[in-house]
Formats: sequence, structure tokens, C-alpha cells
Amino acid sequence: MSLFDWFANRRKSGPIGNEQQEREIADGLWTKCEDCGVLTYTKDLRANQMVCPECNHHKRVGSSERIQQLIDPGTWMPIDESLVPVDSLKFRDRKLYSERLREYQEKTGLTDAVQTGLGQLAGFPTALGVMDFSFMGGSMGSVVGEKLTRLTERATRQRLPLVLICASGGARMQEGMLSLMQMAKTSAALERHRAARLLYIPVLTHPTTGGVTASFAMLGDVILAEPKATIGFAGRRVVEQTLKEKLPDDFQTAEYLLNHGFIDSIVQRPELKQTLSSLIQLHQPTPSNADIVAAKLSSHHLITEEPKVLPRPANVD
Amino acid sequence: MAFSRCYFEVMASGKLSTSRLQYGSMASDRIYLLDFEKPLAELEKRIDQIRQLAEESGVNVSEEIRQLESRAVELRQEIFTNLTPGQRLQMARHPRRPSTLDYVQVISDEWIELHGDRRGFDDPAIVGGIARLAGQPVVMLGHQKGRDTKDNVARNFGMASPGGYRKALRLMEHANRFGMPILTFIDTPAAWPGLEAEAFGQGEAIALNLREMFCLEVPIICTVIGEGGSGGALGIGVGDRLLMFEHAVYSVAPPEACAAILWRDTQQAPQAAESLKITAADLKAFGIADQILPEPIGGAHADPLKATEILKAALLENLEVLMRMSSQQRREHRYQKFRNLGVFNEIAA
Repeated sequence: MSLFDWFANRRKSGPIGNEQQEREIADGLWTKCEDCGVLTYTKDLRANQMVCPECNHHKRVGSSERIQQLIDPGTWMPIDESLVPVDSLKFRDRKLYSERLREYQEKTGLTDAVQTGLGQLAGFPTALGVMDFSFMGGSMGSVVGEKLTRLTERATRQRLPLVLICASGGARMQEGMLSLMQMAKTSAALERHRAARLLYIPVLTHPTTGGVTASFAMLGDVILAEPKATIGFAGRRVVEQTLKEKLPDDFQTAEYLLNHGFIDSIVQRPELKQTLSSLIQLHQPTPSNADIVAAKLSSHHLITEEPKVLPRPANVD
Repeated sequence: MAFSRCYFEVMASGKLSTSRLQYGSMASDRIYLLDFEKPLAELEKRIDQIRQLAEESGVNVSEEIRQLESRAVELRQEIFTNLTPGQRLQMARHPRRPSTLDYVQVISDEWIELHGDRRGFDDPAIVGGIARLAGQPVVMLGHQKGRDTKDNVARNFGMASPGGYRKALRLMEHANRFGMPILTFIDTPAAWPGLEAEAFGQGEAIALNLREMFCLEVPIICTVIGEGGSGGALGIGVGDRLLMFEHAVYSVAPPEACAAILWRDTQQAPQAAESLKITAADLKAFGIADQILPEPIGGAHADPLKATEILKAALLENLEVLMRMSSQQRREHRYQKFRNLGVFNEIAA
């Protein structure tokens, strides 16, 4: 060990400094807001669905927590949990992709960047997919594409509304062109869901960019977003470098997209479940419009009738 | 031959930029010489020199020249059959490579370009119109790169804006209403990453095309003629068949961008090109591309007429098969083609 290394190590393992103290606080009883810096009692923050009570900053939430927030207790039935990613290109950048996968699986306890399943949302059977940004930036590879496609196909067969919580940096480069093709695959499944006159609501959370924006995120019948979420196709830095000019501060925020007519509404997280359930309820077939929906259905050859299966209750873990 | 006459008429009528008239042998094309072509260029230069010398001195060197020329043929074969992905990327981006308009105008008996997305824009980076291909009315559209710097600036280097994708969709819906097959030509580095493109919904425009292309009842054949860059390519790339020219590439992200993100070093672009598996052969192996169109030795730009003939024959051949299917069969087939793309494991629960 050189002297330099020794100093470097010593610095790393040195006496607890301010930085480390803060981190300990963050992991414990109190959580510091990344935006305004105010400390909040973690239990209160969780009760407020990880939204800072001081500044309304929407802290990132994991997919399991999100499912808890949206699905009625005891009704979540996860599907396709057995799908696992494969390093088909033997991809290696600064690290092997297979190694990266293992690391993220250990860190997050997830197999890949999305959880899908059926559950009751305020009493309405709903197909729900939740992307998880903490797994490789929520990037979409074959598993994410396949799980979302299967979920959508299932929603079409069982005539369920579909809700997708989006959080993704885009296509997963480590899986090459097969990742790009997931954009087309998911869009194809959504086309059939749409042709069956079923409701699809994507919820765009921070961040929703790249290939996800250019496919299922923008294909909703109604598109919701969380406050200040970054939503866009090209990355902000790429645009800045291309144009060599400063971009407006609100560029690619949910508010910017709302102003430009690309999303329907910005919803505060604590109100998300209520908003979704209202929308789903408003789109339930009524005796007066049932014939219109049915007529459309019979003319659509792709729908195979299957008995309605209500989700079996399962515990949310 | 009517075919070639049409080509020269197009050139003579000046519809194409003048640089199109200068397709020359690679050896004399100093400006556009790619690195790996240099040994070949040097050999050809030497042959020229010897020939000139022989003419001046009156010495018979025909045997020597024959030998050198056969060596040149061998070398050419060697170089162009063993291109690395990075070299293919250079071929795909070659400034002399035939563009969408070049192909469209040559393969069709009639061609009427149409403009505008009916939403306020006419994007010059995507061109489209109605054509007659071997008697059959079709809609053709594709990315359009420029021939020279000025042309490229006008075409935005083939990088389309939302208006381009909306124009494409409008033309495809037109084709669907009138029962015309759709032929798209892909040749773009990426969708345009600009302020206005974002403000006018680049993501939405591409997403809508992906979904709507699955509804279309008419046959759709997409051909990657140069570079297929990411979502910008896929935005007009959902079809019953995907054809790729031998030296064309199709990538999830531009290799330069990928290198910048994953290696934090744009110098690693050739490595990224290698790792990302972007060549026609790779895509055929994944089941993404259905057919590889061979290129003349030296690439499509070395003999554009030949490349055009190959393209036309492949399009007609595939169209014939697709037109025998019912529209429902085609839609189901198209769905299944994309449905089956993806590699993953399913472990027993």
C-alpha cells in the first residue's frame, strides 16, 4: 500500500464526519428533503406517500410501495414474476451486463425494472404495471417489454382498465436492438386494448424519458403526471449540446408538457388513487352505452372471449 | 432498358443535386475515401501510374497490369466482405450513399411527392408521396438526408421532427384508405433532439406511429437503406417485413451516444458499435430483419444503379407474397412478428 492509498483509505474510514451523520439520519427516523432540506419524521413522510409536507417535493418511491399506495390491501396478485433477464449480447461496457443485473437484483430484490399484476383499485379490478427506477434506471429491456405486453394482453382478455406507472430512462442499451423492439411490442398490445374500447391510463413519474416516452407513456386515453416530473424524449443534456443554447428552466417538466397539451393533468401523489378510481368509474360501461361498446367488440376479430377472472387476494409484501 | 433510362432522365432533369452526377470510382474519390479503403485506393493509383508510364514509353506491361488488377479485385473482396461493425457504420453514413429520393425516383414509374402533416409543419427530413411500382400504386416515404452540407442543413441531416412523423402517419393512413401498400425507407441518425421537437411532442408523434402502424390493413415493407437510429427509425419502421441493405446498420442508440453514456468516452464508439450488434447479419439473427439485400462490391454508392435494381426486385418479391394474404392475416402476422421479439428466461415458480 502506497502512502497515498493509505491516506485515501484513512479518509474513507475516518471518524464520522458531518456527511456520514446526515446519511445516518436519512436512513433512520428522520428524512431530509432533497429539495428544500427540511427534516421530516420518516413515518409522517411515508404517511404522506413520500411527498415533502414543506415543499411538496415528490420523493421517488419504489414499485412495492407504489403498489401499496394504489391497490386495496390484500387484493394484489402479481403476475409473471418468474421472468428474468438474460445477457443475450454478452454485453460489456465498463462492467459485464450480467454482473450489473446480479447487483441490481440483490440491491432491489426485484428481477427487473417492472412489477405487474392485477388488483382492486378502490374496488375496481385493475391491471397495474409499476416501473422501478432503482433497477438500472427503469430501463426497458426484453423482460420489461414482455411483462408489460403480457399485462396488457391480459387486461384486454379480461376487459380490465390498465394503469401503468412510468419511471424510466428509456430503452436498455445493454440489450441492443431487442430493447428498441419492446417499444413496438408494447404499442402493439396497447392497440388491441384500445380497439377493445378499454381504458388505459399511464401515470408519468420522475423521470419518464427516451423510448418509454416514445411508446406506451404517450399512448394513454388519459395521461396523468406527478408534479415536476421530468418527461421528454431526448435527454436535456443532449438537446443542450445539440443546440448550444440554454433551455428554459421548466423544459421537459410535467408542467411544461401540460402547457403544451401533451398530458391531461398533474396529480398530487396523495390524490392519485382517488383520481384513478374516479376515472375508472366514469369509464365503466353503463346500460345506456353498453350496446355501443358491444357492437364495436363483435366487429373486432382479435378478442377471444375468456371468462372474467377476478383477482385472487394476495398479501402485499 | 427503361429502368436505367429513367435513372438518367432523373439525373439529367436536374432533380437531384449535382454531386449525384459525380459518382466516380473510389480511387478518384479522394474526399470521401474511408480509412479502410486506402490500401485499395493506393493499389488502383499504382495501376493508373503504370498504365500512364507504359503509354508514354510504349512498353508493353499488360501482363503486370492484369496481375495488379486481379490483386485489386481480391483486395476489394477481402475488404468489403470482412467489414467490422464500425466500418459498416461508416459505409451506412457514406455521403455518396443513395438516399430515399434517389431510390424512390428510380424504382417508380411515376412519383408524386406530397407535403405536410396538416398540423402546421412540412418536415423536409421525411419525404413521402404516391408512386407507381411495376404498375401498382403504392405510398413511399422515408427519411431524407442531404447530398452536401447545404442540402443536409435543409434536410436536418435526415433527423425528423414530430411534423415528419405526423406527415408519415398521414400518408400511411391515406395509403390504408385507398388500399395502397406502404414502402418506407429508413435512413436517419436519430429523431431530432431539439427544443421545438420536444415542445411539439417528439415522443407522442413516434409513439402514435408505432401503435397506428399495427392497425393498418395494407402491406407494409420497411427497408433500412443507410443508418437506422433508434426511435427515430422505428417511428416509420413497423411493418410486415424489414429489409436491410448489407452495409446498413440499425441501432438502439447512436453508437457515439452509447459510448458517451456507458463508457463515458465518445472515442469508444467503434467498441459500442461492436457491442450493440447493429449490422444486418446481427438483426437477421435476432429475427428483427427478415432479409438482407446484397450490395454491389464497394457498397451501394459504388454502383447505385445495381443497388436500386436489387432493392426493386426485393420489394416486388415481398409485395407479391404479402398481397396474397388477407388484411386480417397481415395484421395478425405483423402483431406476432413483434410479439415474439425479446430474449428472457422464465424460471419455474
